[in-house]
Amino acid sequence: MQTEPLKAKCGQVFRNFYAQVQAIHIDQLELKWITISMLVIALFVGVITIDAFFHGVNPPSKVETIDSASLHLNKEFAEDNLGVQVDDKGVITIRMVAGRYSFFPKHIDVPAETSLTFRWVSMDVLHGVHIPMTNMSTMIVPGYVAEITTTFPKPGEYPVLCNEYCGLGHNHMWSNISVIAKEDWKAPVKSPAKGGSNNE
Amino acid sequence: MNDAEERKLALSHLWVAFIAFIVACFMGEYQVLERSGFIPALDSPSAYFASVSTHGVLMAYVLTTFFIMGFGYYIATTSLKQPVWNKPLAWGGFWLALIGVVLAAIPLLTGKASVLYTFYPPVVAHAAFYIGATLLVVGSWVWCVIMLVMFVQWKKANTGQPVPLAMFATTMNALLWLWTSAGVALEVLFQLIPLSLGWIDTLDPGLSRTLFAWTLHPIVYFWLIPAYIAFYVFVPKQAGGFLFSDEMARLAFIVLAVFALPIGFHHLYMDPEQAKGWKLLHGIGTFVVTLPTLVTGFTVIASLEIAGRLRGGKGLFGWIGSLPWTNTMVLSVILSLLMLIFGGFGGVVNASYAMNGMIHNTAWVPGHFHLIFAGTTVIMYFAIAYYLWPMLVKKPLFSSSMALLQLWTWFIGMSILTTPWHVLGLLGQPRRISTVVYNSLLTLAWKPYEFMMIFGGLILLGSACLFIYNLAKTQFNASTEVFDGEIEFAEPIHAVTSLPEWLNDFKIWNKVIAVLMAISFGYPILQFFIMDTYESSSWGF
Ligand code: HEM
Ligand SMILES: [Cu+2]
Ligand SMILES: [Cu+2]
Repeated sequence: MQTEPLKAKCGQVFRNFYAQVQAIHIDQLELKWITISMLVIALFVGVITIDAFFHGVNPPSKVETIDSASLHLNKEFAEDNLGVQVDDKGVITIRMVAGRYSFFPKHIDVPAETSLTFRWVSMDVLHGVHIPMTNMSTMIVPGYVAEITTTFPKPGEYPVLCNEYCGLGHNHMWSNISVIAKEDWKAPVKSPAKGGSNNE
Repeated sequence: MNDAEERKLALSHLWVAFIAFIVACFMGEYQVLERSGFIPALDSPSAYFASVSTHGVLMAYVLTTFFIMGFGYYIATTSLKQPVWNKPLAWGGFWLALIGVVLAAIPLLTGKASVLYTFYPPVVAHAAFYIGATLLVVGSWVWCVIMLVMFVQWKKANTGQPVPLAMFATTMNALLWLWTSAGVALEVLFQLIPLSLGWIDTLDPGLSRTLFAWTLHPIVYFWLIPAYIAFYVFVPKQAGGFLFSDEMARLAFIVLAVFALPIGFHHLYMDPEQAKGWKLLHGIGTFVVTLPTLVTGFTVIASLEIAGRLRGGKGLFGWIGSLPWTNTMVLSVILSLLMLIFGGFGGVVNASYAMNGMIHNTAWVPGHFHLIFAGTTVIMYFAIAYYLWPMLVKKPLFSSSMALLQLWTWFIGMSILTTPWHVLGLLGQPRRISTVVYNSLLTLAWKPYEFMMIFGGLILLGSACLFIYNLAKTQFNASTEVFDGEIEFAEPIHAVTSLPEWLNDFKIWNKVIAVLMAISFGYPILQFFIMDTYESSSWGF
């Protein structure tokens, strides 16, 4: 293979480009400003990337599909499977259905300072769910399961609000959640859900 | 050159833009009143959402697109010193876009298209709404083609010469818009129109959201670029100084246009249908695109400082006082930058990947974009209008003190409107609600902020009326005075006589954009055709 001419050509192109960049009128102060800007940007990008890779700070992004049109036939999201469930290992999963105009079940109790995994699905249109003052926030897109794991630090009564326009009754779309001090919380007596894949 | 036809073309576009604007301002004030619950008789979700949908479409699509087209035609003809290419085609684009607006307005105003300006399916509006929006976009594509053709023709006739900066930036914006609008065009043509007409029964809302996100970020740069053009090519001259660096300005426009495109997923941070790696990639790109804005901020302040010192200003801050504060362009840029600083800070919060969770879809978001779009960007539209109107109608501005009052009140009103809006978001108020019915103590804290917003909106509405009044008076007053000033473009400190091709053409950047878009949107769109997905049928609202 003849790589030499190619290398020479690339070098030439690069040198030309470099010379052209050198010829740009740029003020010393402006150059300093650009350098500082780039460093700040690099810092932000670095922090976010490190958070994402090493601390698992990520938004809900599990690309998992589900048939929103036949939720009533779906085992995982059958009525008596909804709400809070604890498996043998003590992992807490909360399955919720969003539909015009509420979240179901309409009220749930969860422990504070405990890792909770929410699995939200829509039975009709696009919704969003936000529990104010916490970072429990996700879009609920029909056709997809929105899974998010979070912890509520403070006990209290919180509203669960729909935050994406879903129709003229959007204002009325909300439910409640009680965050209970860890030691006072009791797991609901329900058989553990089978979990796992949905549409068998 | 007799530019009567060009002036008529520009004026027609600008009037459509500003009529849409003033109508939408009245709706905005109604909205803040309605949602505060202050007047119980007003309470009506169907009227509210019809209004917000119309207000959003008029402000985000009609005001901006028509303004940019009209401004672009006038920049092209004045900076290249040649007539607009193919004027019948330009008029065709104008009428097509206008018919589109009227067609979309009918279902919007009659409550048959209350799907908001983001039209997220599977909620579906009347087909006329989507068809009207499509015609508006096709009309704007005509403008893009004319800008690109004029650019290429001028370069052919003036080989080796640098394309005037104003035209270079306008052409980059036309290129940006062609790429930007492709995402939403795919969504509307292949999903929304067929679904609303019943040609197909289902669509994938995840794919729709991905295509819309393709458009949603760069569109704000499409709106912002006229403001940046004014920063670079008008402000230094109006302030009495020089442009800092012509080449750096070009670089800023290039980076803006190229990197605005492949980063739309920061609108999907909270979405389940895209994986986190793609979100992170777009998140990083989002930070890169702050660079040209930081450079622009620097350049504007530096060229103002040069002007201030040339006018005798001394000391570290003395030059600020000696700026011509009574020049509408200079006052606007100062107020615009102030809003940009606060808005930019809010933007960093939005862009920060995980912090986004706290404010996603809360009232913070409309608070943020009213500040940076209705504030930073639109105040420069005012400045451009005040500057161009006398040249377009050949009469002096009716009242420049009224114009100054209008700019100040827009700034003050916007501060009063958006500060409580941000706070409401931090207090957990969702965006896009017409009343507060949540039976929760939390909502009591929202009341005082909603009242403040009514007041801010009122000031803005008054300001908007002054703006329209001033323009109309300028044009239609039976004044005998003739204005024969001409448009003046700022001179750079170092005149440029020749430029490398990549700073003087858009074709290479078109290729770069194509590659970046393939990387950042290729697989994320393809995945919908690879995965087993379940589609949704259409829903009313
Ligand atoms: C008189 C001044 C204005 C007032 C009082 C006002 C008020 C409002 C209100 C209350 C909303 C509804 C937000 C929600 O329901 O969450 C809204 C939406 C919107 N406004 Fe304004 N606005 C004004 C001017 C502007 C201007 C000048 C622009 C842009 C040029 C603009 C762009 C938008 C857009 C795009 C939306 C749609 C947001 C959405 O669908 O969520 N507004 N405005
Ligand atoms: Cu909802
Ligand atoms: Cu909703």
